[in-house]
Amino acid sequence: MKFTHSKRVIPGFGLTMGVTIAMLSLLILIPLASVFVYAFRMSGAEFLGTVTNSAVLYAFRTSIICALLAALINCVFGTILAWVLVRYDFPGKRFLDGLIELPFALPTAVAGITLSKMYSTTGILGKPLAGLGIEVSYTHLGLLVALVFIGIPFVVRAIQPVLEKLDPQYEEAAYILGASRRKTFFRIILSELRPALLTGFGLAFARGLGEYGSVIYISGNSAKEHTQVVSYVIMQKLNYMDYASATSIALILLIISFLMLLFVNMVQVRQSKRTNNV
Amino acid sequence: MHSVITKKAILKRCAALSLAAVLIGTLSACGSSSSEDGASSDSLTLTNVSYDPTRELYQDYNAAFQAHYQEETGQTVEIIQSHGGSGGQARSVVEGADADVVTLALAHDITLIEQAGLIEPEWISEFEGNSSPYTSTIVFLVRKGNPKNITDWDSLVADGVEIIHPDPKSSGAACWGFLAAWYYAGQQYNGDETQMKSFVHDLYANVTVMDSGARGATTTFVENGQGDVLVSWENEAIQTVEEYPDEYEIITPSVSILAQPSVAIVDENADKNGTREVAQAYLSYLYSDEGQTIIGEHGYRPSNEAILNQFADKYDLDINLCTIDDFGGWDAAYDKFFYDGGVFDEIYAQ
Amino acid sequence: MKKEQQGSAATRNILIIIAIAFVVIMLVLPLAAVIGNSLKKGFEFYMHAITAKYVISALKVTLLATVVAVGVNTFFGIISSWVITKFSFRGKQLLATLIDIPFSISPVIAGLAFIMTFGRLGWAYPILENISRITGMDIQIVFALPGVLLATIFVTFPFVSREIIPVLNAEGKDEEEAAALMGAKGFYIFRKITFPQMKWALVYGIILCAARALGEFGAVAALSKTRGETFTLPLEIDALYLSGDSDSLVAAFAVSSILVIIAIVVLILRNIMEYRAKLRAAEK
Repeated sequence: MKFTHSKRVIPGFGLTMGVTIAMLSLLILIPLASVFVYAFRMSGAEFLGTVTNSAVLYAFRTSIICALLAALINCVFGTILAWVLVRYDFPGKRFLDGLIELPFALPTAVAGITLSKMYSTTGILGKPLAGLGIEVSYTHLGLLVALVFIGIPFVVRAIQPVLEKLDPQYEEAAYILGASRRKTFFRIILSELRPALLTGFGLAFARGLGEYGSVIYISGNSAKEHTQVVSYVIMQKLNYMDYASATSIALILLIISFLMLLFVNMVQVRQSKRTNNV
Repeated sequence: MHSVITKKAILKRCAALSLAAVLIGTLSACGSSSSEDGASSDSLTLTNVSYDPTRELYQDYNAAFQAHYQEETGQTVEIIQSHGGSGGQARSVVEGADADVVTLALAHDITLIEQAGLIEPEWISEFEGNSSPYTSTIVFLVRKGNPKNITDWDSLVADGVEIIHPDPKSSGAACWGFLAAWYYAGQQYNGDETQMKSFVHDLYANVTVMDSGARGATTTFVENGQGDVLVSWENEAIQTVEEYPDEYEIITPSVSILAQPSVAIVDENADKNGTREVAQAYLSYLYSDEGQTIIGEHGYRPSNEAILNQFADKYDLDINLCTIDDFGGWDAAYDKFFYDGGVFDEIYAQ
Repeated sequence: MKKEQQGSAATRNILIIIAIAFVVIMLVLPLAAVIGNSLKKGFEFYMHAITAKYVISALKVTLLATVVAVGVNTFFGIISSWVITKFSFRGKQLLATLIDIPFSISPVIAGLAFIMTFGRLGWAYPILENISRITGMDIQIVFALPGVLLATIFVTFPFVSREIIPVLNAEGKDEEEAAALMGAKGFYIFRKITFPQMKWALVYGIILCAARALGEFGAVAALSKTRGETFTLPLEIDALYLSGDSDSLVAAFAVSSILVIIAIVVLILRNIMEYRAKLRAAEK
């Protein structure tokens, strides 16, 4: 890391930076490099051939679209949930608050099995929906349900702390000055929440993009209906011990979510600069 | 603003907690990695890496073998089982899982371990019957009363029949199923590949849910009530019917495929762990009368004819079975059918 | 004015209803289904299922992995968020994004990463072999406990820092800078200024990290193959589920309910902690 011209006032840069880089490299980067080496053993043409195979491209399309939609749905409901949890008091609020992380604690496979059963045409939610002509399990919709399930804690827990810190005086001021509640919300609060919302969105998206366990049981994995996700295709390649193809597809997946997260982080850093007024 | 005292108290508690957690973590991590070695000396430990549907089989078989070995040699042997998708299990051995013996769904998976240099090339002739002590086949499971009137492979291509079949790209059972259907088509159309492809295309067009593994497909069919017919391992189908005799029945098609799960000693690991002798005894005992009976009880076809006939009421012994050799062996079958761009991709993408 | 308040009460109620409906449909129903399935064969069966030998062993491994992952990642989270929010340097976004990588790695690949490092095909394997030979110990990382711990740390790596960073960013660094200019030492600044700011985000991060560590399946599954030794609860559940007969199917759900219960206990603890702290803050 090169030093920038601005002088550092706060102590501890060298030490904390050293520890951060060391842990990051040992636990994450070196193991990852060891696996992605396999992708680089392919020639450029082989690599392109693998990742542009039509089944692979469809899987990417499915994963990206479903992860995006799920992240958007989670942003809407996540904001509402966080808002309700922070701003209102009502019976059962603590209980509601406590439930948010549970999708993480439930193993993804259990979540997938349970959801696929609930939403299958014979299940408690699937049956009435099937009556309306909506099939959930073994379709893209099912995939979406699974991704919403696993992504919701990211959004709620990203927004909640920021919302708690948010000074109600802003809103009161805006309100007293005659702005309507709705206007107050969209102008003042949402702009304050934007970085947190983006973080939540980015994380839910990245997580949904790589998800495996909860998805395979509910998606039906049909190459024809294009309900295969990228992780599933990677697993197929691994089953044939095709490390090169598996890792090259994984590499593309990584690049997509890396760019997404990089974008989120850039927004965040810009936001912090604005707050710090430098 | 929070008070200073509160901050301090919470800070101290949290800091202490996290410090303790890190300490415990590091200590136990060190402890665990160094305590790995102790187990081997006092009693024998054998690791059997197997595939998914054999869980119950080996649970019972291991108990029988332990008693037998104790009686023969006076030694107690502890057996560690590992189960998973056959291909993934083979991969884990290649990647360093410490298996003394492997008992996998198909010879091809053991060949992969052989190619990695862990198993001697002549493993297939080490035990009787191409090292496969039990066999199975692919049958259909339908709902009681057979409402869609499924009788044979050609019933599956009819309009409106919904098939549950695992994905040949990730499940061994599905490969066997595909090959059985292909063999049937070959008989029907005298080996005319265009017509055969069109037949399997129609068949796979009726597959509504393609699970990643045989077990997942069974769940989709049984627990979630999807589809009219499940293309399934015979032993899985027998197990399901035993569990729910009033809800399902088995339909045996006119032809199917002889699935030959294979067993082998992982030479390199067995020599390193000093378990060759017990590994040899473990796999040989599968061929004993007692072993074969346990096999039959779990829905697999014993390789011993006499014992197989004892289970004549359980299996349709008249079924015409092709073998993997009809396809030129696994390597040829994978090349032609299942690798990217193979027949399966071609008929399925149409 | 009155009309406005009524409007806001209506909004409030609608929002609460939406929130509750969402949580009930998306979270409560699946969890209720798990609990319901787990009690299908009666309470006695349930108790029997969750006290099986394999389950107890898996519970120990899971708790160990969770504690280690939380410990390591809390330490890392605090240090890295300090670097990222309190200093300006080139490549900051890059560093922040590198930390986030485990979020975007398919669990399947995460497990494979350690296999390709420490496994038989990995470059570090000969080194480990040599160390084992010299020290006389049989050091195993993959397909053994250390592999399980590493995989769990990997998948939960960014959780704590991810929660802290936005909050610290929102706070800015003026206070720290002022304190530093007045001659305060680094750790003192952290204790007096930064830590109180990040406190609740830290708690959220730890909870998320713990919850995710409890439930991790894919990455650990790649590195752990022996039931009763290195299996975690999610793997044990999978093993039970796959064994197929209806007894183990119910047992699988029973074991899943342990995870749900652990998670609920952790969340209640957090709630109590939070409530007390707020109460105390209000008293002052």
